Amino acid sequence: MLQKLFKFHGGVKPDSRKQDSTRQPIRSLPLPSELIVPLHQSIGGTPRPLVRVGDRVLKGERIGAAEGPVSAAVHAPSSGVVRAIEDRTMPHPSGLPASCVVIEADGDDRWIEREPVPWKSMKGDELRDYLRDAGIVGLGGATFPSHVKLRAGAKPTHTLVLNGAECEPFITCDDMLMRERAAEIIRGAGIMAQMLAVERVLIGIEDNKPEALAAMRTAAGDGIEVVAIPTLYPAGGEKQLLRVLTGVEVAAGRRPLEFGLQCFNVGTAYRMARAIDHAEPLISRIVTVAGNVEAPANYEVLIGTPIDTLLAAGRPRPDTDRVLMGGPMMGFALPTTAAPVVKATNCVLAGSPSLLPPPPPEMACIRCGTCADHCPVDLQPFELYWFGRSHNFGKAQEYHLFDCIECGCCSYVCPSNIPLVDYFRFTKSEIWARERDKSAADLARERFEARNERQEREKREKAERLAAKAEATRKKLADSEPVAEVGTASPAEEAKKALIAAALERAKQQKSSVKPRNTDNLSADKQAEIDEIEARRARTGGRSVEPPENS
Amino acid sequence: MTHSPYLRESRSVRQIMLQVLLALLPGIVAYVWQFGAGVLIQLLLASTAALAAEAVMLRLRRKPLGLYLGDLSAIVTAWLIALSLPPIGPWWMVVLATLCAIVVAKHLYGGLGQNPFNPAMVAFCVMIVAFPAQMSQWPDAGLDFGQQLELILGGERALDAITAATPLDALRTGLRAGGADAHVAEVLQGPAFGAIGGQGWEWVVAGFAIGGLYLLWQRIISWHLPAAFLLTMALTATLLWGMHPERFASPLLHLATGGTMLAAFFIVTDPVSGSTTPKGKLVFAGGAAFIAYMIRSFGNYPDGIAFAVLLMNICVPLIDMYTQPPVFGHKRGSS
Ligand code: SF4
Ligand code: SF4
Repeated sequence: MLQKLFKFHGGVKPDSRKQDSTRQPIRSLPLPSELIVPLHQSIGGTPRPLVRVGDRVLKGERIGAAEGPVSAAVHAPSSGVVRAIEDRTMPHPSGLPASCVVIEADGDDRWIEREPVPWKSMKGDELRDYLRDAGIVGLGGATFPSHVKLRAGAKPTHTLVLNGAECEPFITCDDMLMRERAAEIIRGAGIMAQMLAVERVLIGIEDNKPEALAAMRTAAGDGIEVVAIPTLYPAGGEKQLLRVLTGVEVAAGRRPLEFGLQCFNVGTAYRMARAIDHAEPLISRIVTVAGNVEAPANYEVLIGTPIDTLLAAGRPRPDTDRVLMGGPMMGFALPTTAAPVVKATNCVLAGSPSLLPPPPPEMACIRCGTCADHCPVDLQPFELYWFGRSHNFGKAQEYHLFDCIECGCCSYVCPSNIPLVDYFRFTKSEIWARERDKSAADLARERFEARNERQEREKREKAERLAAKAEATRKKLADSEPVAEVGTASPAEEAKKALIAAALERAKQQKSSVKPRNTDNLSADKQAEIDEIEARRARTGGRSVEPPENS
Repeated sequence: MTHSPYLRESRSVRQIMLQVLLALLPGIVAYVWQFGAGVLIQLLLASTAALAAEAVMLRLRRKPLGLYLGDLSAIVTAWLIALSLPPIGPWWMVVLATLCAIVVAKHLYGGLGQNPFNPAMVAFCVMIVAFPAQMSQWPDAGLDFGQQLELILGGERALDAITAATPLDALRTGLRAGGADAHVAEVLQGPAFGAIGGQGWEWVVAGFAIGGLYLLWQRIISWHLPAAFLLTMALTATLLWGMHPERFASPLLHLATGGTMLAAFFIVTDPVSGSTTPKGKLVFAGGAAFIAYMIRSFGNYPDGIAFAVLLMNICVPLIDMYTQPPVFGHKRGSS
């Protein structure tokens, strides 16, 4: 069947430069002596460590348990001894450290006991828990825990999409995986399809990968369609791919599930199959080493391998001035190559001034609209840029700043060399910071108000208690004295009257005892009015009756 | 440290401006062929004045001189001015116009990218208001280069003998002179008119159109602007001509005369002062053409394109606001 394809707006066609790293089959690295396994490797909760320093661990042993509904476990990539659980620098643009389990490999690479998983007889939740505990997360870059996405939504899911587009220049890890391990990808897709009870499976691959397309077509069975899509960056963006294959536009902030769709990377499907058929948790992945290196290739790398070690295998050239994680369009320069390979690492790209030249000087925006012509989200980047620069954050949001996927197409084409995406990242973080400040202020105000209220309440309660006590005393007093008039008034009313009388009496005494005030020469009715007020005050609060609390 | 994307593949502003200059060449060649080489002097004067003014303003505003002088945007403005003014106008007129465009309309508004009004059109409007007489002297066919040069450099002007009116001007004065009995067809018999439009102008118009098509092909301008401009001009003209052929010129005359082609491909396409959304471009260029036609046909000025463009420039923020294209996933019909 011929699949009808759709288009998304804009996009760019950078030179793909994928040939160099696809000449070799996927290679493996010698076992590194030290593996640094960050606990937090997926979106969601940070796993809680299950090992202590000094523990012996086996390959595939769980060392961090998923924490919360969105989280995935992490595992020992090889057998050895836990040498430390400490903060190490993460492969993240911030360069901030995070908690890692550092394992000294013993070289035996000895597995834990493994048995195939009887997934067909498992209940949905049981299977999802298993996948969570196997650490399966999206390998396309977002590392969202897969088990969460394998739960059917309110509406039935009709289409499962596998993303094999791989649109970023230089990156070929999915390409090589599809060429060499198509059968297991298809197997994983089949398991996912069953879990979601979908009607069809579409696998989208850019048409610049004929080998991968052929391999996947050969492996694909019934109900699975391998579709060649036009090579156009960013066709591999999840929402762009869904648009191309199904015509559906999933707006920012909405999930494909709401449209009866679900999307996984081909690498994730492969790891699914490994986890089910071989009880193999996610302890390794394919990583492309490319760019300014002598021997570009793809490697199957244990999670936790220092990027240094991996990079050395590709033999970077001497003029390498930085190392990126990810591709040149959306990747970032690593703050240090001592950081480990993580589940999100798809590519390690050595850069040089000639390969990734510094941008020419930034000039003024000429409103040429070229950026808007190429934005795959139909944004008006130059408007966002103006709003961001003038700190008009409300307008920026109104013009859908947060729909921006930071694909970089706009910066790529801007004739004035404006680093638009940088401005957007900055504006977004400013808005976040403001919202955080605002909610912090709100919280503080709420706390303050709550405390005030509590103090007020305590004061009131104390006053009431004291008033009640006073009332009781007076009642006793009243009881002990002969009552002149026993009217229809209830005892309580009687007590109140007595209280008022006492108050008036005291007030009078007080008044007479104090020095002359400007109330001294009042007319008779003014005085009466004041007396009435005094009385009323005495009646209601009792505060003027009792001595003030804090004096 | 720079951030992603680490790759770029863009035409620089300089390259774009170079291509615009290149696209103006066929029109200029036709101009010289039809009206003499005086226009080359004007282009030279305007370019020199523009570069000098740009350099001074950049220095005053403490901007990197080399970077912005090299972007060639001032030269484009200068050429558009030189091509809009009469080729035998006195030298100080084109210099004044250029200074007005670069200093006032461009830099006082914040420089490249910030000017809300099309600088060349601002200059044109100021000139036509200030020097209406000099602005309507076009060279008579018999004038050789020496005579043109003399006129530009301030020679004595025996005006009637050496100058002709632009076709639109000739049409207007013809119709006025004829009073109630005037008929377009008769006026068109006059010496100012050629086969289609103004005498000699057909070639210039064709030259500009060729340059415009090149810009379209190079994707430097989007089709929306010239298409909307030319179509609106043609439709409005057809409508009025259809009703009163004796009082209004044919759409062909309007298209093939004066600055219509220059405006459609080089003036309304100025990105800085124009609308940026696809729909907005249609509204902007269409509106400019409509107003230009109205001024041409009913107003007091020989041509109204400059005023029309400035009027539409004012509306750009509003047009852009109401014509924002829907964002991915927020289109009507997608829930
Ligand atoms: S591409 Fe650059 S110069 Fe052109 S409108 Fe966008 S930001 Fe401005
Ligand atoms: S980075 Fe954002 S604004 Fe720029 S092209 Fe991509 S989605 Fe559009």
